[in-house]
Amino acid sequence: MSRVLMRGNEAIAEAAIRAGLKCYFSYPITPQGELVEYMARELPKRGGVFLQAESEVAAINMVYGAAAAGVRTMTSSSSPGNSLKQEGISYLAGARLPAVIVNVMRGGPGLGNIAPAQGDYFQATKGGGHGDYRLIVLAPSTVPEAAQLVMLAFDLSDRYRVPAMILTDGMLGQMMEPVELPPPVDEATIPEKPWALTGAKGRPPNVVRSFELEPRKLKEMNLVLQETYREIEENEVRWEEVETEDAEILLVAHGTVGRIVKTVVRQARKEGIKAGLLRPISLWPFPYGPLRRLAERVPTVLTVELSAGQMWEDVRLAVEGRAKTPFFGELGGVVPTPREILSEVKKHVPA
Amino acid sequence: MSQLSTQIPEGYVKVFSRPRSLSDAKYTYCPGCHHGIIGRLIAEAIDELGIQERAVGVAPVGCAVFLFRFYNVDFVQAAHGRACAVATGLKRASPNLIVFTYQGDGDLAAIGTAETVHAANRGENFTVIFVNNQIYGMTGGEMAPTTLPGQRTVTCPEGRDVKLTGHPLKVSEMLAQLDGPVYITRQAVYDARHIQMAKKAILKAFRNQAEGKGFSLVEIVADCPTNFQMSPVEANRWVVEKALQYFPLGDLKVKED
Ligand SMILES: Cc1ncc(C[n+]2csc(CCOP(=O)(O)OP(=O)(O)O)c2C)c(N)n1
Repeated sequence: MSRVLMRGNEAIAEAAIRAGLKCYFSYPITPQGELVEYMARELPKRGGVFLQAESEVAAINMVYGAAAAGVRTMTSSSSPGNSLKQEGISYLAGARLPAVIVNVMRGGPGLGNIAPAQGDYFQATKGGGHGDYRLIVLAPSTVPEAAQLVMLAFDLSDRYRVPAMILTDGMLGQMMEPVELPPPVDEATIPEKPWALTGAKGRPPNVVRSFELEPRKLKEMNLVLQETYREIEENEVRWEEVETEDAEILLVAHGTVGRIVKTVVRQARKEGIKAGLLRPISLWPFPYGPLRRLAERVPTVLTVELSAGQMWEDVRLAVEGRAKTPFFGELGGVVPTPREILSEVKKHVPA
Repeated sequence: MSQLSTQIPEGYVKVFSRPRSLSDAKYTYCPGCHHGIIGRLIAEAIDELGIQERAVGVAPVGCAVFLFRFYNVDFVQAAHGRACAVATGLKRASPNLIVFTYQGDGDLAAIGTAETVHAANRGENFTVIFVNNQIYGMTGGEMAPTTLPGQRTVTCPEGRDVKLTGHPLKVSEMLAQLDGPVYITRQAVYDARHIQMAKKAILKAFRNQAEGKGFSLVEIVADCPTNFQMSPVEANRWVVEKALQYFPLGDLKVKED
C-alpha cells in the first residue's frame, strides 16, 4: 500500500481505476476538472477507455451503453452537468444497470458559481430524474474516505444493480491530503453479469430496457426495484458518530461540512459544551434509525448544511418531534467557519 | 431463439423463409409501413454475414420502440435520441460486438442530432439505420425536422411553412461533409429493386463495421400511411413522387481505403 499526497478529484479517479473501471465518459466542468484530466492521462495506459463526450447527456448515455455491455463504468461532473444527466440516470435505474456517477457540487441554482455547495442533495437522494427510483448516495468528508467510498460504490452498484453516486463538493475535490490507496481489486471477484449484452451465443437474447408498455408488468419491474431498495436500506446504511454518548446537542452534517463540524465539536467540548456529531456517510439510504435513537435522549439536533435545508428534511423525518431540530445553513458557495457554527451551537444550549 | 417452422412437403423446395435472426414476434407496425421491410433486411444482413451471435441492437424511441422483440440478438433500449451515444458506450466497451442503432427522423435528426453528429464525426465503428418517414409516427403524426414544405401534420395543420419552421433537414448530406464517417448512403424500399439496393447498402454498412472501418449510416426514405392518412399504395407513391425530391437517393459518401 502506498501513501501519497493527492487532490480529492485525483484520488477519486485513481480509486475508480483500482476498482476495475473500464470506461469513463464525461464533459469538462469546474470544479472537477482534475478528475477528467487524470482519467485522460491514466485510464488508457491502464487498459481502459477514456472518452470526452460532446455533452453530459451523451456522457451518461455512453455510460448506459458501457454498463449494458457489462463493464465497470463511470462519469463525473459538477452540478449543472449533473442536471443534464438526470434523464440517463433514470434510464440506468429503470434498466437496472450498475454505474458510478460522481457529482462534485458547486453553487447553484443555474450556472451559480464554482464554490463548494451541497444544494444537489434533493436531486441525488430523492431521485432527480423521472420515476420511482433511488441511487445509492455516498458522501465522503476526506480525501482518503473518498477513495474508499468510490471502491465501495462500484461494489454496491454491481451487487444491487443500482447506480451509485459519490456526492461531494469542490472543497474536497480541490483539497490535497495524504491517501493510503487501496490495492487494485482482483477482477475475478467482480460479480458475473449474466444479463449483460455480450452477443446471444448459446443463450437466448438479453435485453436491457426500462420500457414496458403493459402496466402490470411495469408494476412488477417497479416492485423488483422497490424490494432492492428495501434490501439496501436494511444492509447499507453508513454513518459516523463523534462524541455522541453524552451529547446534549447533536450536530448532523455530511461531507466536507461533517469534517468542519468535527472541529466544532472538539472546540465546543473544550468550552464545556457537550456537543456530538452524526455524519451520514450514505445519504441514501439515510441513517434514519441511528439518528432516531440518538434523538430519544438528545434534546437538540442541529443540522448544518451548505444548502437552504435539504438534508434537514431527512433529519426531521428521522427525529419526528423527539427533539428540537434547528437548522444552520449557508448558501451560494459560502462556507461557514467553525467559529460561526460554534456560536450557532451556543444559541441552542443553556449557558 | 424460436423460429416459425412449417413442414415442407415431399418434393417441395423452400426458396423463401424467415431470417434466423428475426424472432417469431409479430410486428407492431401499421399495414403498408416501411419499417417492417427495413427490419427484415437487417435480419437478412445479420444472417448472411453470420454475425447473429455478436450483434447488439440499440432500439430507439419511436414506432420501432419494440425492435428488441423482433430479433434473436441482444438489445438495449435507448432514451429518445440517445442511441448513438449508447452505441458508442457499448462498442467502446466491447469492440468485438457488432453494434447497430435503428432510429427514426425525430429520434436521430431532432432530439438526437448532437449525439448523431458527434458519433459520426468521431468515426465510431458502428452502423446506423436511419428511417426517414418525414413525420413522428409513434406520437401521432407531428411535424418532424424532415417534414416536407407544405406537408400537413397535426402540428402544422396548414402544411409546413418553411418561414416558420425551416426546411427539411438533410442529415445525410450534413454528415457526408464530415471526415469521420466512411459510408453515408440514402436508400428507399418502395419497390423490389430498391429493396435489393437497400439490402446491399445495409450489408455494406455492417461489413464496414466488421472490418473495423468506422461509422456507416444508411438512411432509408420511408412512408407512414397511417399518419399521412393515405392508403399503403398512396403512401408508397408519396415517397417516390414527393419525398425523393427533397431526399434524392444514392451514396453521399463512400470512403474507400
Ligand atoms: C424525451 C422524450 N421526448 C419525447 C418523447 C415522445 N416521443 C416518442 S417517439 C417520438 C417521435 C418519434 O418519431 P420518429 O423518431 O420520427 O420515429 P417514428 O415513430 O416516426 O418511427 C416522440 C417525440 C419521448 N419518448 N421522450
